[in-house]
Amino acid sequence: MIEFLANLGRSGLHWLSVLGRASMFLFRVLRAQDAVVRRYRLTLAELYSVGVRSLLIIAVSGLFVGMVLGYQGYITLVKFGAAEALGGAVALSLVRELGPVVTALLFAGRAGSALTAEIGLMKTTEQLSAMEMMAVDPYRRVFAPRFFAGFLSMPLLAAIFSAVGVMGGYIVGVGLLGVDSGSYFSQMQAVTDWREDVVSGVIKSIVFGFVVTWIAIFQGFDAEPTSEGISRATTQTVVISALAVLGLDFILTGLMFT
Amino acid sequence: MKLRYLEVSVGLFVLLGIAALFYLAIQVSNIAEYRDRDTYEVIAYFDHIGGLKVRAPVTVSGVRIGRVSRIAYDPERFQARVTLAIQSGTDFLPADTQASIFTAGLLGEQYIALEPGGDFESLAQGDEILFTQSALVLENMIGRVLTNFSSD
Repeated sequence: MIEFLANLGRSGLHWLSVLGRASMFLFRVLRAQDAVVRRYRLTLAELYSVGVRSLLIIAVSGLFVGMVLGYQGYITLVKFGAAEALGGAVALSLVRELGPVVTALLFAGRAGSALTAEIGLMKTTEQLSAMEMMAVDPYRRVFAPRFFAGFLSMPLLAAIFSAVGVMGGYIVGVGLLGVDSGSYFSQMQAVTDWREDVVSGVIKSIVFGFVVTWIAIFQGFDAEPTSEGISRATTQTVVISALAVLGLDFILTGLMFT
Repeated sequence: MKLRYLEVSVGLFVLLGIAALFYLAIQVSNIAEYRDRDTYEVIAYFDHIGGLKVRAPVTVSGVRIGRVSRIAYDPERFQARVTLAIQSGTDFLPADTQASIFTAGLLGEQYIALEPGGDFESLAQGDEILFTQSALVLENMIGRVLTNFSSD
């Protein structure tokens, strides 16, 4: 019994200290954000590897999620003779939930894990220490551009995901199943509110981008400098990001959609 | 050459993201309704509003001219106080206009239908609609039908 309590306390303290280190790390990264503008070429390269190269997987997933939504929504709605409401159902579920959440999960798997592995390897091969030896601030040179790139890319990717998903729903609903094209979009516009649905979804995706990038970069920075440590950190990034995104989504949904 | 490629592709990416946001705003959501911000508010008191919600449509002859902006309970009149925001373009409603709460379809949402009266004065900001008709509550109707049956 005492042993159990001690274990609980130990793991609690461990997580608390990780959280403290992560917060200090975040603070220093945020303070180094001026490097984003000063060294815009580095930022550009990161935007390319984090954002542009995630584009394909996001667009393809969005298309298929939208098509599946169109199909499943139609099957349910047609029973009630309300197949015309398909557009609203597809758009609301994409803009409010699936867009931000699925994009964040894919983003964590596609870009987050790469960030962790890259920074972890930099640490293992002592590139970060070498930079400090040469009076190059790794926060400015390495972390700040990556953080900014992730933070900026996530909302854009989520918006692309939702937009492509709406088109996917259109392809299946209107193209294959014969819902009327006009009522697909008019229903959509009737139910989807700009501020309450679209802007709330964008806010969600901004929060997710912040958290996922933070976790990814910190996991790389905090990784044990061994090959095993890097692999563990990469796994942790994906696992913790996914849990954080889903947990935060619940809280944000509760706060925004009352 | 390499930098040029990066610049162009990142620029395209950002542009695509913003285009997607615009698409969501214009094609998917109702941002057009935010444009006609200019409205005036009219108050109506109802005995029972049924399932009326904030942002429900306000119509005249089925044409949407505004929306419900606030619903509150008035503790002095013991009635529901509903504030209607009507577009400024529709400033010709007679002062004795009647407001009724109807349901769109059998299971649809509830909305407010205005029926213009014959007064020469028009409704203006802050006016009260005097003639109102409450929402039909299904349970009350069933109850009335049942009492009719039992009294036979």
